[in-house]
Amino acid sequence: MTISADHTAPDQAGRAPAEDALTEAAEKFGITAEDYMLPARHQIQMVDPDGRLTPVGEQGTEPGHEYPLPGDEELLAAYEQLVVGRRVNDQNSALVRQGRMAVYPSSHGQEACQVAAALCLSQGDWMFPTYRDAVAVMTRGVDPVQVMTIFRGDWHGGYDPAKHKVGIQCTPLTTQLLHAVGVAHAAKLRGEDTVVLAMCGDGATSEGDFHEALNFAAVFHLPVVFFVQNNKYAISVPLAHQSVAPSLAHKAVGYGMAGERVDGNDVVALLAVLDRAVKLAREGSGPLLVEANTYRMQAHTNADDATRYRQDSEVAEWLAKDPVNRMRTYLTDRGLLDGDGEARISEKAEAVAAQLRDGLGEDVPVDPQELFRHVFATPTPQLKEQSAFLADELARDASSQEAAQ
Amino acid sequence: MSPTVTTSSEANGNVSAATARAAASAAATADAAGPQPVTMAKALNTALADAMHADPSVLVFGEDVGTLGGVFRITDGLTKTFGEQRCFDTPLAESGIVGMAVGMAMNGMRPVIEMQFDAFAYPAFEQIVSHVAKMHNRTKGAVKLPMVIRVPYAGGIGGVEHHCDSSESYYAHTAGLKVFTPATVPDAYRMLREAIDSDDPVMFMEPKKLYWSKDMVDLDELREQHSANAKAGRSSEGRAAVARPGTDATLIAYGPSVPTALAAAEAAALEGRSLEVIDVRTIVPFDDETVCASVRKTGRAVVIAEAHGFASVSSEIVARVQERCFHHLAAPIRRVTGFDVPYPAPKLEKYYLPGVDRILDAVDDLQWEN
Ligand SMILES: Cc1ncc(C[n+]2csc(CCOP(=O)(O)OP(=O)(O)O)c2C)c(N)n1
Ligand SMILES: [Mg+2]
Repeated sequence: MTISADHTAPDQAGRAPAEDALTEAAEKFGITAEDYMLPARHQIQMVDPDGRLTPVGEQGTEPGHEYPLPGDEELLAAYEQLVVGRRVNDQNSALVRQGRMAVYPSSHGQEACQVAAALCLSQGDWMFPTYRDAVAVMTRGVDPVQVMTIFRGDWHGGYDPAKHKVGIQCTPLTTQLLHAVGVAHAAKLRGEDTVVLAMCGDGATSEGDFHEALNFAAVFHLPVVFFVQNNKYAISVPLAHQSVAPSLAHKAVGYGMAGERVDGNDVVALLAVLDRAVKLAREGSGPLLVEANTYRMQAHTNADDATRYRQDSEVAEWLAKDPVNRMRTYLTDRGLLDGDGEARISEKAEAVAAQLRDGLGEDVPVDPQELFRHVFATPTPQLKEQSAFLADELARDASSQEAAQ
Repeated sequence: MSPTVTTSSEANGNVSAATARAAASAAATADAAGPQPVTMAKALNTALADAMHADPSVLVFGEDVGTLGGVFRITDGLTKTFGEQRCFDTPLAESGIVGMAVGMAMNGMRPVIEMQFDAFAYPAFEQIVSHVAKMHNRTKGAVKLPMVIRVPYAGGIGGVEHHCDSSESYYAHTAGLKVFTPATVPDAYRMLREAIDSDDPVMFMEPKKLYWSKDMVDLDELREQHSANAKAGRSSEGRAAVARPGTDATLIAYGPSVPTALAAAEAAALEGRSLEVIDVRTIVPFDDETVCASVRKTGRAVVIAEAHGFASVSSEIVARVQERCFHHLAAPIRRVTGFDVPYPAPKLEKYYLPGVDRILDAVDDLQWEN
């Protein structure tokens, strides 16, 4: 392993390289460091809720906050994933209702965020998702049934994070953001050009680890893109109770990094903003914070009753901003999508849904000895003893059942 | 939201004290008809409401405790009755919740705060261990922290990861914290009222699998008992209960394991063996007297706990009983606890949790022949 040149020591002028980079990045766009860090005055939007291209003057772009429209191929690929993601969310919710899964925190309504989070990354990059980001993990290429194992209740995980460069879906809020920082730091020490996407929700930005992660990433000048899906609620608690900052993206400024707001139901804008954030991070401009303005269309999980804390009318308003419909209209109007294309895509979505039904519909027998197998790399004598105890107990159970028959 | 609550004023919150009293008496009328089927959740909820009525310095806050009434509905209706200044949602930060409660307790309030789940209290560990537990000691008693940290804990609900930890041993191991854990519906009411009245900080561990357990309970009577006890300076803190009398061996349990121990005693009775079940109730302070009196009588004991056995409350109980009752013991004390593995996924939890059969096996092992 080669560790590249010292990246933390102040230079002769006494400025930390991170500070230099900030100035450098700002200079690249011909703006001040402050304007570089501050989010643009408006959220970035490229396709409006009706599926029309937002006029260039109204996209929210500003000097230094300019975003080219992603290419047609990227948009078609994103649309396909949107349709699949929506189908996955609804299939999983159905499986919960049928008792095939213990719980599912659905990202219904947030599919544009989920898809863009995966598509903006290259193969060597990492993603650190939360419990709500199953669709992002699948879009990244992890087997859907493996992703859902955690919610089926056989095991607290289901896929190999190292193989897919995807952290295990994380529930203790924002703890994973520091892991993202660590992965980025290690990659940087080895001179690799890995970018890490670190995901969390709006409510989670109140946790101490959120602050620590952003600060560490900024101080060590690491290629981390923090991606906050602001879906307006933390279970029952609305954003207004979490923060009185002008926006969550504005929090970036306090750490010395750049922030941006984006329409979180517009996959075109999401791809544009995230693609650029990933590119900047890879080029060495330090961490960035992207806030996506979206909405949790369903209850927190199936165990939650959202009617206790929000109005149906609010949900209806957001229904009109649906990310999947918007994109369908846009692509159809542009002549990029026709009936055949739609049919092919929905066939693909149905195939994934069938895969989930098959994979989660069958009762895979669990092996009680799994309790002990993975606690340590080198098992302790105590655990071996406990494992033998359970084996003996189960054997006695089995033989007394046999005797009873 | 800027709470401007004063300890003296009656006009707290958005709802006037008069309205609050009216609501309370309406609730009292509804409960007035003697024993009713009451869940543990309802008993806890009533205890919170009664404590808030009794003392305007009692405040409830945490995550989702306001409009939603808590994910387990333990704080249901409190914001409506007492206003947003006395029961409110905080930003999502456990260290913040506990740390702010410390400051409030230093300044005339009695905060009763909720950690949403056992494993989500860990970001607050620093505040709990370094400040909640030590403030009284460091200030030689000049600063008291009359606060209650409610923690829904333990398993048996098929919860996904981080929702089933038995974290009581961390707190019991920390000098300066009292640790209560009710196992019955009346105790849920009684012990929460006493925890709130206590001038010491209390970790109030609520067995979440028992939230919906029901018992025939007269809440009015409990309320009156509490007032009478409080007036007389009586408390059940530090007192274990004999949950079922017996003569042959003692099962020592607390919180979620008490119903399991009782079921085991029931099964043993069918086989002609009489087991006494002790409900520890308050882990700190620990009732050596009641526990040891039972073991001296029966000469045999099994300690039951969901938590991992290693370096735990159950190991402490074995050590204490052994030190005090050695010459009365006919057999080594046995333990039935969770294995020393992370709390497993829902489909594996039945192999992990202490169950009736495992307890009866342990009882069978207590050297009966001779
Ligand atoms: C440290 C911690 N505290 C509390 C919880 C319980 N909890 C799970 S999700 C959640 C709300 C999170 O809201 P947000 O960050 O907005 O994400 P969303 O669920 O809306 O996607 C809470 C309070 C937790 N998982 N971890
Ligand atoms: Mg949210």
